[in-house]
Amino acid sequence: MIVEFGHFALILALAVAIAQSVLPIAGFFRRDPALMAVAPRASLMLLLLVAIAFSALTYAYLVSDFSVLNVIENSHSEKPLIFKISGVWGNHEGSMLLWALILALFGAAVALFGGNLPLTLKANVLAVQGWISTAFLAFILTTSNPFLRVAEPPMEGKDLNPVLQDIGLAIHPPLLYLGYVGFSIAFAFAIAALIEGRIDAAWARWVRPWVLAAWIFLTAGIAMGSYWAYYELGWGGFWFWDPVENASLMPWLVGTALLHSAVVMEKREALKVWTVLLAILAFSLSLLGTFLVRSGVLTSVHAFANDPTRGVFILAILCLFIGGGFAMFAFRAGTLRQGGLFAPLSREGALVLNNVFLTVAAGVVLFGTLVPLIVSAFGGAISVGAPYFNTVFGPLFGVTLLVVPLGPLLAWKRGDLLGALERLWMVFVIAALIGLAVAWLNGATHLLAAVGFGVAAWVLVGAFAELWSRARFREVGLAVGFQRLAGLPRSTFGTALAHAGLGLTLLGIVSTSAFQSEAILEMKPGDTTTVGGYSVTFDGIRNTPGSNYSEMLATMTVRKGGTVRFIVSPSRRFYTARQMPTSEAGIRTHGLSQFYVTLGGEGRETGSVVVRMWEKPLVTLIWLGALVMMAGGALSLADRRLRVGAPKPARRAAPVVVAD
Amino acid sequence: MVMTRKTRRLILIGTVGAILATAIGLVLFALSGQITLYKTPSEIVEQPMPEGRRLRIGGLVEVGSVVRKDGGQVDFKVTDTANAVSVTYIGLLPDLFKEGQGVVAEGRLDQAGLFHADTVLAKHDERYMPKEVVDALKARGVWIEGQPGGPTPSAKN
Repeated sequence: MIVEFGHFALILALAVAIAQSVLPIAGFFRRDPALMAVAPRASLMLLLLVAIAFSALTYAYLVSDFSVLNVIENSHSEKPLIFKISGVWGNHEGSMLLWALILALFGAAVALFGGNLPLTLKANVLAVQGWISTAFLAFILTTSNPFLRVAEPPMEGKDLNPVLQDIGLAIHPPLLYLGYVGFSIAFAFAIAALIEGRIDAAWARWVRPWVLAAWIFLTAGIAMGSYWAYYELGWGGFWFWDPVENASLMPWLVGTALLHSAVVMEKREALKVWTVLLAILAFSLSLLGTFLVRSGVLTSVHAFANDPTRGVFILAILCLFIGGGFAMFAFRAGTLRQGGLFAPLSREGALVLNNVFLTVAAGVVLFGTLVPLIVSAFGGAISVGAPYFNTVFGPLFGVTLLVVPLGPLLAWKRGDLLGALERLWMVFVIAALIGLAVAWLNGATHLLAAVGFGVAAWVLVGAFAELWSRARFREVGLAVGFQRLAGLPRSTFGTALAHAGLGLTLLGIVSTSAFQSEAILEMKPGDTTTVGGYSVTFDGIRNTPGSNYSEMLATMTVRKGGTVRFIVSPSRRFYTARQMPTSEAGIRTHGLSQFYVTLGGEGRETGSVVVRMWEKPLVTLIWLGALVMMAGGALSLADRRLRVGAPKPARRAAPVVVAD
Repeated sequence: MVMTRKTRRLILIGTVGAILATAIGLVLFALSGQITLYKTPSEIVEQPMPEGRRLRIGGLVEVGSVVRKDGGQVDFKVTDTANAVSVTYIGLLPDLFKEGQGVVAEGRLDQAGLFHADTVLAKHDERYMPKEVVDALKARGVWIEGQPGGPTPSAKN
């Protein structure tokens, strides 16, 4: 009954979404405030209805209602509670429903917190949101209905894929979707601006918080996904250039570009058309990402054949929104007035350079991700993996990183490159010293690593150069310097933190790639081996039962200099419902580094095991860096200039920039 | 230095052009040498590939061919039931690696025709079972829907 109630709520939601798509925009063209006022109410109603549908499905999972097909295929009565909940979005239908829920959530947020938006803009933005909702709800209801019942319910479900029975799955997709869907707001704002044919700095100020929020979530989702793959797959890697990962990286790159170009637009009224284009692009890539992952189209076009209606629907949605968005852009972008002149060497110029690099980087990733698809259309068969992406993406992103500390030090309109470089010479010396130290300590064998450490230090230390130069500690002394710092807008600190986070992530990547130690061997109980300066003794294995699996647990004692440092317990699980084995890596964090052990199954003698071990120096920085980036984003979001209802940007800060 | 709108535009276009050219150069370079070709065991046996080329081979793990050696080395054969290629791999095999089941190995051939794999993927889901393998196996009538090695629900979001 509750399931049918959810199904019905979803159908009603579609009806509301259609109303939200049509009425406000009709109101805009007929200048009818009453019709436009439908938009916020419809958004709230939509959220309520989709939330009811989502709760109904969650309920079916919680009570293990095996008369629902979706629950049978993805749940099991003995599954732990948390995975019963996360199982709701651990499958195609449920994850689409989650997408729709988050979309409705964002729409309602615009309705609630967009109080200072002009009536027409708000109506148009919400109408565009309504189009997206309509497409997704229709897709779910017609091709991916999670509420389908079966005639003869089985006694037990087929269980969730064991790889997905992990706390990572509980968090990762919602975060990623919050990021993807967050860009739908930027898209809606862009389309609304194109409909009205009017766009100004205020537009950028309204859009930026949403872009920033989406970017923070997307960063979190990607980092979480990376860490999940790192510990769950047991391969010890943090990024595999898998199409699924690329699908999330592309919107991130374009979203990062959008974030920066919106700053230019807000401050200088320049780059309007470009910002609108980026907003359309970011959401297009989010859509593409969602569907590439969901349809499985990328690794085999075959997936379309499995369910032709679903494939056709997906293509139709992609064409409609991406094609429609760009067509609209092509027809209406000319009506947007350009403004804001600036010299190539200026803050704007640096941000343009950042934008070009990020977009090109996203472009090469897109090309590498799609080229197997293109080749297979012509009957060939290739796969594009890490070597391609490292060769192409590495240098492009590397050069981008070199420019990062420079940008914030250039003044708006016309910057002084020499002056900026002068303020960075200290940073350069530190980076060079670190690079040289790494080269000297490790001989010439790790030259690339030395360069990598140097660049990481350049980005990390350089991130604080703006704060340093604005505080003027040397001229005005400590006390006044700190006062000056306290007077800076929060977004300045946000920028510094986000850039520093980038440096930290890079440091983690370089350090792990260049200096990790690894050992693969077969061990009998009592055997000892050394890896990365640690001596590891294999104590033995024991078998333990779990909730819906049985587990073979190995115990390893890790010593350094004779004293026991920690015990690592990698294991292999066997999930009975799906008859599927998984391995659970044993990971111990010490300082910022990790000791990582995976169990490869039984060896040739009884009681022996094959193990792979890594000592990964500074590996945690990869994800801690992402956390710092997010903190930077959050700090910028908290800036008073972006807060809803803030009348004007804080003028106080402006003279400081000029004085510098 | 006073710049006209035109000069500024030229500088912008020049910069963008240079970056694009670099990117395209990198892409072409990578495409020429770092793309992995997909081959079936029969294709490798019938028309030998240049050694050192990065390849991806897919098929079934030949029953009885798996030999474990010291240092985590594993030797096995990948077969499409007509021809087989010997593979050697150092590392942990995926959880779902089993004799008689689908596998994809990525690496390089040496002079002797031995395939040195650096990555071995058993199916976690259909993504790791390229459709060419499936088609090849289906054509020989050894493909079983729903079996381990066959398509199962997607494993990663």
